[in-house]
Amino acid sequence: MKQFSILLLSLFIFSCSSDNDEPIKEVDIKVNFSQNWDGTTIEKSDLSSTEFSYIIGTDIKTETTLKIDKLRYLISKITLTDGAGKATTFDGYQLVDLSNSESSLFNPSVKISEGNYNLSMTFGFNEDDNIDGNYADLNTASWGVPMMLGGGYHFMQMDGKYKDTKNVENPYNFHTIRAYNTETKKAEDTSFSVDLGSINVKNNATIEIKMNVAQWFKNPNDWDLNKKNISLMMDYEAQKTMSENGKKGVFSLGTITQ
Amino acid sequence: MIKKNILFLFLLLLMSCSSKEEGIYTPKPTSLKIPELFQQKLIEPVIPTNNPLTEEGIALGKKLFFDEILSKDNTQSCASCHNPQKAFTDENRFSEGVDGKIGNRNSMPLFNLAWNFDERFTWDGKETSLESQALEPVRNPIEMHSNWINVAQKIKNHAEYPFLFQQAFGNIKIDSTLITKALAQFERTLISGNSKFDQYLLGKAQLTSEEKNGFDVFMDETRGDCFHCHGSNNNPLWTDNKFHNNGLDAIFTDLGLGKITGDPNDNGKFKSPSLRNLKFTAPYMHDGRFATLEDVINHYSTGLKNSSTIDPLMKSVNKGGVNLSQKDKDDLKTFLLSLSDNDFINNLEFQE
Repeated sequence: MKQFSILLLSLFIFSCSSDNDEPIKEVDIKVNFSQNWDGTTIEKSDLSSTEFSYIIGTDIKTETTLKIDKLRYLISKITLTDGAGKATTFDGYQLVDLSNSESSLFNPSVKISEGNYNLSMTFGFNEDDNIDGNYADLNTASWGVPMMLGGGYHFMQMDGKYKDTKNVENPYNFHTIRAYNTETKKAEDTSFSVDLGSINVKNNATIEIKMNVAQWFKNPNDWDLNKKNISLMMDYEAQKTMSENGKKGVFSLGTITQ
Repeated sequence: MIKKNILFLFLLLLMSCSSKEEGIYTPKPTSLKIPELFQQKLIEPVIPTNNPLTEEGIALGKKLFFDEILSKDNTQSCASCHNPQKAFTDENRFSEGVDGKIGNRNSMPLFNLAWNFDERFTWDGKETSLESQALEPVRNPIEMHSNWINVAQKIKNHAEYPFLFQQAFGNIKIDSTLITKALAQFERTLISGNSKFDQYLLGKAQLTSEEKNGFDVFMDETRGDCFHCHGSNNNPLWTDNKFHNNGLDAIFTDLGLGKITGDPNDNGKFKSPSLRNLKFTAPYMHDGRFATLEDVINHYSTGLKNSSTIDPLMKSVNKGGVNLSQKDKDDLKTFLLSLSDNDFINNLEFQE
């Protein structure tokens, strides 16, 4: 009996030792931002060239056709949260510019352990990060917001031309910033966090985050470019509406390559 | 005896090595004098790794910049069209070359060139480095109308240049590559960052009420909305260094960036110039069509012309422009002039 106990104890010790010695794998994560129009990929070559359209309205439907000349947007606080609730938020932010393919890849220097995570991010800067003039690269990229509108930085600049009801091209400047009420001088944070769902990381991985650009115009709020098209930065209500649309279906998890 | 001979040979070898070392001159590395505001607000300037700044390289580049030896008949230097007193442009709509010919582009002012992060130079973005840009005027038939082989030969035969090149670059053959490297080094030192508005941002000067209102017009999306392309208090370059069609023409006679890229969507696009030093840089636009700042402001206010590639930021094009009041126009001009830097044009380091 004594011998049997020793044998069992030895087996247990060996077993524990074996588990403890197995190294936890550390992996690199990259995040790749892509854009699409209801599933059709938007490339740099589509800028100023490809016509996109969307339909709004229920009883009376309105179709709007537009082209995109410029699309830039800011993503911050890319975060992986493990099953125990421990969050790893990568330092830095990414200014994605559709005209510059290098800007689509966020490449943090920190490694993470393999495992299951929930992926989230912030569109734009939250209040703590949206500090006027604080980021030299964004200043250099002319990404700032005038102090008369509360300062800080843009969240998105989408510029282009749409065809109005008479089929005439008109410009639009779909710029999102922290909403600022020019009458009351009060600001409202219109950045938002996006929960992109679960991922299982086994090796070095590149995670795609997709932006469906069409969703900015139709969910949950119908956006009629004939009515709201330019000078939107100082439009407090427009900023809140754009933020509501951004939260619903614009961003989603794409392919994970590992 | 053998031992003595070996010692003697060893000493000879040492002396020989020492003598060679003394013959190699190492140029002194240096760095740009970056204005305080630029240090606070902007990322580091671009210095190519294959052309680091040295005191000797900059001095050589400066001498070359002001030397007429670069032109076919020794009558024009870079400074002929890039006058320091004019913020390194000239007062002409189109500059005249050595043969009396003129082109179709206004001479660009030269300053803060190391902060052009896309490294696309000239009005149409044709040149992708300062070094390659410097190749062009020398061989252009409507500018200096020379050729680089002749220029290099003249410099090799010169009384001073061979020594100066050796000090700046060592024992390397003098050719267009070395000459343009030196010119580019000097051009990178041309930094303008001490205007009245810079002083204001540093808390060392006060703006007039007109200048303040002019700045508000500049930053106000419903009035001037200039900041999207032309910098701001947080981007003291006062340009985005990008290419835009700003509504000058309905039909293009000069395709601008479109001719370079071959993309029709780029037709009529030209680089946004910096708004620094406008006091010294008239006439304005890529073709110098506007003689005064009033003309420029009136263009954006009521003179925009629609075309297929017009920038969407020219959002009021269907109304002719942003329709500024006379006071806003006047104040905008006053603000713009506050971006001019007298220290820059009077800096002796940048003069012959």
